[in-house]
Amino acid sequence: MHLNNGTDPHAIGTKLPAPEARYDMVVVGAGPAGLAAALAGAGEGKSVLLVDENPIPGAAMGNDVPLLFGGRMTTATQSAVRMLETVFMSEPQLEAAMEAGVEVLLGTSAWGVYRNGPGMTGLPESVVALADKDRGWIVGYNELVLATGARDLAIGFPGWNQPGVMGAAALERLLAHYEAFAGKRILIVGSHDLALETALLARDKGVEVAGLVEVRSAPQGDAALAEAVRAAQIPFFLEDAPAEAIGGIDGVERVRLRSGAEIAVDTIVLAIGLVPSIELIDAMGGKRVLDGARGGYIPGENEGVTCVGDCAGLADTGFDHVEYRMEWARELGALSKPDTIVCQCEEVTRADLLGVQPPRYLERPAPMQARSLDTLIKDGPPNPDQIKRLTRAGMGVCQGRRCRDQVAMMLAMAADGPFGSVPLATHRAPVRPLPLRILADWEESEEMRAGWDVWFGIPTQWVPYRDIDTPREREHQTAIAEGWSL
Amino acid sequence: MTYVGMPTPKETPQETMAKIAGTAAGMKVVIVGGGVSGLSAGWWLARSGAQVTVLDKGIVGWEASGRNGGGASHYQSPLFEEEQRMWPHMDELLGYPTEHQQERLVIAVSPKQLNQYHYLAKMNNDMGYRVDLLDGDQVRSMVPLAGDNCLGGMHYRFGGHANPQRSVQAYAWALQDLGGRIYQHNPVTGFETEGGKVVAVHATSGRHECDAVVVAAGPQIQGLMAKLGVVVPLAAARAEMIVTEPAPMMPIGGVDGNGLYGRQTLRGNLAYGGGPHEWLETFEAGPPARPSSPLTRNLARRVAELFPKAAHLNVIRSWAGIVENTPDGRPIIDRMKDPENVTVITMSGVGFGLSPASGHAVRDLVVDGQCSFTDIKKLSLSRFDGIGADWREQRGWQAPQAA
Repeated sequence: MHLNNGTDPHAIGTKLPAPEARYDMVVVGAGPAGLAAALAGAGEGKSVLLVDENPIPGAAMGNDVPLLFGGRMTTATQSAVRMLETVFMSEPQLEAAMEAGVEVLLGTSAWGVYRNGPGMTGLPESVVALADKDRGWIVGYNELVLATGARDLAIGFPGWNQPGVMGAAALERLLAHYEAFAGKRILIVGSHDLALETALLARDKGVEVAGLVEVRSAPQGDAALAEAVRAAQIPFFLEDAPAEAIGGIDGVERVRLRSGAEIAVDTIVLAIGLVPSIELIDAMGGKRVLDGARGGYIPGENEGVTCVGDCAGLADTGFDHVEYRMEWARELGALSKPDTIVCQCEEVTRADLLGVQPPRYLERPAPMQARSLDTLIKDGPPNPDQIKRLTRAGMGVCQGRRCRDQVAMMLAMAADGPFGSVPLATHRAPVRPLPLRILADWEESEEMRAGWDVWFGIPTQWVPYRDIDTPREREHQTAIAEGWSL
Repeated sequence: MTYVGMPTPKETPQETMAKIAGTAAGMKVVIVGGGVSGLSAGWWLARSGAQVTVLDKGIVGWEASGRNGGGASHYQSPLFEEEQRMWPHMDELLGYPTEHQQERLVIAVSPKQLNQYHYLAKMNNDMGYRVDLLDGDQVRSMVPLAGDNCLGGMHYRFGGHANPQRSVQAYAWALQDLGGRIYQHNPVTGFETEGGKVVAVHATSGRHECDAVVVAAGPQIQGLMAKLGVVVPLAAARAEMIVTEPAPMMPIGGVDGNGLYGRQTLRGNLAYGGGPHEWLETFEAGPPARPSSPLTRNLARRVAELFPKAAHLNVIRSWAGIVENTPDGRPIIDRMKDPENVTVITMSGVGFGLSPASGHAVRDLVVDGQCSFTDIKKLSLSRFDGIGADWREQRGWQAPQAA
């Protein structure tokens, strides 16, 4: 019997590399909350690294990562130099942070946080994994501050899967930071603070606002904001909803409301809500809790990690965001058709999602067609990760950003339970789609190379059955084992 | 629907199904563990007329069965020819898609790899399984994503791959269609024995009477069998994979090499794993977590080397699975002497591809007491009789102390 004399050369051991650099504090996200944390850290004499993924590469924006850009960015976003300058100029505090000694890296995303814990002891220390346009690397930290903000909540309706349907956070990014919004006339979906603020921002930036559509009977947000919107002559379409976005090759041209009204716009801005960006916390196996008043799932207590700004939860104004978005999901679901797309990347329709049907490139024999979410629910509460692997909803290049939340809402409705009764589909690193060549460790250690095996490195495992316990067994083992360390 | 490179089977799968129909009529079988091995066993038993109940601690196929590379080319196994006979018919027999595809290519980007692949090619050809050797240009004509760094490779005229997640669900659904019952979120809490047999299995869903039990609970087999006084030496470890956004479809999706296992899915994604594992403690309730590590970067590098023309593609996920291994890395497929109606199956980390055959073997052990189609005696549990309590330490397979 093969023995390794107490060591396994193919186990992880100490093969995972030490970080390239270490900081007292790493801050992810250079919005106001991240900048404040970085400045405070520097003020205490800490070594601080502040990373921010802006400007987002054009290819990522095209995939609606990390926000729902809806293809409405101008060609200006294709110029990396111009974008870097614009982002830098849009945030005066960046310069202050640099002057205070903070190391600032723009165009740098944090795509994973790794730490030892249940199921993992092989890391030399806790690390944050970073990537810019040229390479990926890891850094160590004593203190990690996540200021990753909030992303757009998307809920589909007929025609939403075309250019010109975007999110409020993406619009804010394009208008206020990138100066690169390609639309001219917008319709805003929702009327809570986010929607109202979006309307006022758009108006200030010279974008024509055709109105706000609200499923409930009155504007939902702050009364003074709603008044400011009214004073700007922007109409509310109350107890209404977008029934269909109609367009051409350049995307949206007009929208038909449930009430029958048709409005000519080039962009529909989903401003129903924002979702705190908990990707990194969730992917690292951190705790999260559901808090409807703070925008849904927010980080729980996680040792060594502080969350600030919107990613820690939206400001609690007493408004139940989850109830509000569930009401929208019910309404837009009712207006949807069986062939309305839910997952844009994988082109999963509403009917196929609820029928747990496989993608169109596979056969659907009779037993398959007879299956549905109902038959799965009989076996236990639906789990989005199970639905994902059957329907492929959420499996695409946007990493589920466009459909994760609406799928969770659809499953909760189908299971007749509240939103939290169905778990959220898990986030996994890399939490940004990153090219193989960028992610790759091109400078891996000799120890990693030498210890690499395709599977567990157990030579007896691959000996042909007929040769087990024969003289040929040793020959195969030797030959196979020599091939290890490729 | 047979392979060029394999001996022609004596019987069609449909004939086998007709032959076993009714052979286990009235038999109540409880399967502990809804992974691919347990579900396939349950499906074969249900095809034989047994009343099958599957108990799982969580969701079917949630562990290694649904997280692996989907390979189906394990020529070292005595189950291999049966696996190869069955796979091309599984969609039809199950009634659900598995995404099974035939044939594989293994390509080398270093001289050492090429030497190893040549050795494996010869080993296979000696066994009567046809493998063609390829030079770099031949590989590049068959694998559009391969690059100038490719030195050659081999073409298995057998084997293949399937979608693990879809296949596991296909087994589960097919089993239900035959009257089988699947209880998810139902960990087994104990066994009730009487006269040298297990007469009932207790789970959170209640008491399940049985004539026979199949324990197919992956890493949790050890703890479960300990309740019956049977020692099953197993060690669990974490293995990792990554997947890219879709690439243009290659004519043969089952391409790997360069220290990787994996495939191009029918959607086009490149899904690959390999590299160092981490040994873990085992918990009765299952793994507390399945974390990925920065090994993602080493995997990305190797995929980029394997497919230089895909190096620009985005990686969109990484994941990890918890896999159990026996001390020699070979399966245990065995019916116990005491309690004599208990059959254990662990495939020691190589279970998905062989599942159409492993279920048949388990069906045979449960119903007939012996495997009808191949010799599996070398996979008996008794080969580990008297193994020292420190067998993991001897191999360096112990879980490191948590930091």
